Amino acid sequence: MAIRCVASRKTLAGLKETSSRLIGFRGIQTFTLPDLPYDYGALEPAISGEIMQIHHQKHHQTYVTNYNNALEQLDQAVSKGGTSAVVKLQSAIKFNGGGHVNHSIFWKNLAPVKEGGGEPPKGSLGSAIDTHFGSLEGLVKKMSAEGAAVQGSGWVWLGLDKELKKLVVDTTANQDPLVTKGGSLVPLVGIDVWEHAYYLQYKNVRPEYLKNVWKVINWKYASEIYEKECN
Amino acid sequence: MAASTAVTANYVLKPPPYALDALEPHMSKQTLEFHWGKHHRAYVDNLKKQVLGTELEGKPLDHIINKTYNNGDLLPAFNNAAQAWNHEFFWESMKPNGGGKPSGELLALLERDFTSYEKFYEEFNAAAATQFGAGWAWLAYANDKLKVVKTPNAVNPLVLGSFPLLTIDVWEHAYYLDFQNRRPDYIKTFMNNLVSWEAVSARLEAAKAASSSSA
Repeated sequence: MAIRCVASRKTLAGLKETSSRLIGFRGIQTFTLPDLPYDYGALEPAISGEIMQIHHQKHHQTYVTNYNNALEQLDQAVSKGGTSAVVKLQSAIKFNGGGHVNHSIFWKNLAPVKEGGGEPPKGSLGSAIDTHFGSLEGLVKKMSAEGAAVQGSGWVWLGLDKELKKLVVDTTANQDPLVTKGGSLVPLVGIDVWEHAYYLQYKNVRPEYLKNVWKVINWKYASEIYEKECN
Repeated sequence: MAASTAVTANYVLKPPPYALDALEPHMSKQTLEFHWGKHHRAYVDNLKKQVLGTELEGKPLDHIINKTYNNGDLLPAFNNAAQAWNHEFFWESMKPNGGGKPSGELLALLERDFTSYEKFYEEFNAAAATQFGAGWAWLAYANDKLKVVKTPNAVNPLVLGSFPLLTIDVWEHAYYLDFQNRRPDYIKTFMNNLVSWEAVSARLEAAKAASSSSA
């Protein structure tokens, strides 16, 4: 497993150190909370600083902590040869590992307006969106509708099907990563529709959150991933 | 099929059996205003729209729930129907100055089926804390035994063949305004300060009666 390297930018004092450590004689790596590439308040008014801080420092951190714990337990179960114990850990790994994967993508999917948040995609991704969805507005409408319709907790995604070479919109439940809907799917934009992503600001009105989040979507990052996967 | 005590053919948004601020400081008025006034209301209103003109229209709520559960292959109206039922059940599971240890027959049964009230507390707590994503934790009755169950999203013990006795809503909207991410604190507050054991006892009596009459 590769060490995750994130350029450290603005963080609050007191956030966890970003060094990794080796645990166990198998050398299982621990994962750490990636820093946000912007201040907590930088996405206002679309997403409040209060939400960003709790979402990052509490929710994402908890997924990281619990993922590390599950991996440690998995390491022990594997070395003891306990198949039942290994199988029993799968849901905790999927949930917490998925939570870590999804949120790490999410922070990069967002950007302050003054750093390009909300600016429509240009280049090949922009064309592909027009081809597959008619227009950016068409894509936004579809994703917002599907995001609003997710029952319970989950995510709505714009993904690239690497094999079929087409863009897809899909949703996943809970913290299931997009790859659980298809092995060739690469996430380009994910929008968290768990209530914790918007409740303090938008309360029960998820459609209002979905209307506003597009103002801070970082299409530059999505384009980078798209271009990389298409070449 | 387990019978429900709340057969509401008209799908009414029933107010909680207490004022919206009566559960303070344990559950805020603001939470009740949104949770009951917006979320629960939306489930009821959307259910009405959804069954209008279909064969489900006018049927008792628990009938709709079982039909649309469809053995786990959920039909569209399940979410609204089950959530309408679950929320009414939830408000009635709480009372001002509630919580703590029950007494009498209920305590005896908890001690019989869980060894002690503390063990039940631990198990109910764990179920509520480990339901990934949205869902509910329940005390339920089946085959003359009490048990703790956790369910995802809108699922409830009715469709799993047991009688619900007590529930805690662990969808984030249930606790986010008051506790943010701190679900364990919410669960503790619910157990220590909000549970209506009177409601649980009444439901247990109804469950026992329903069980023996169908035996």
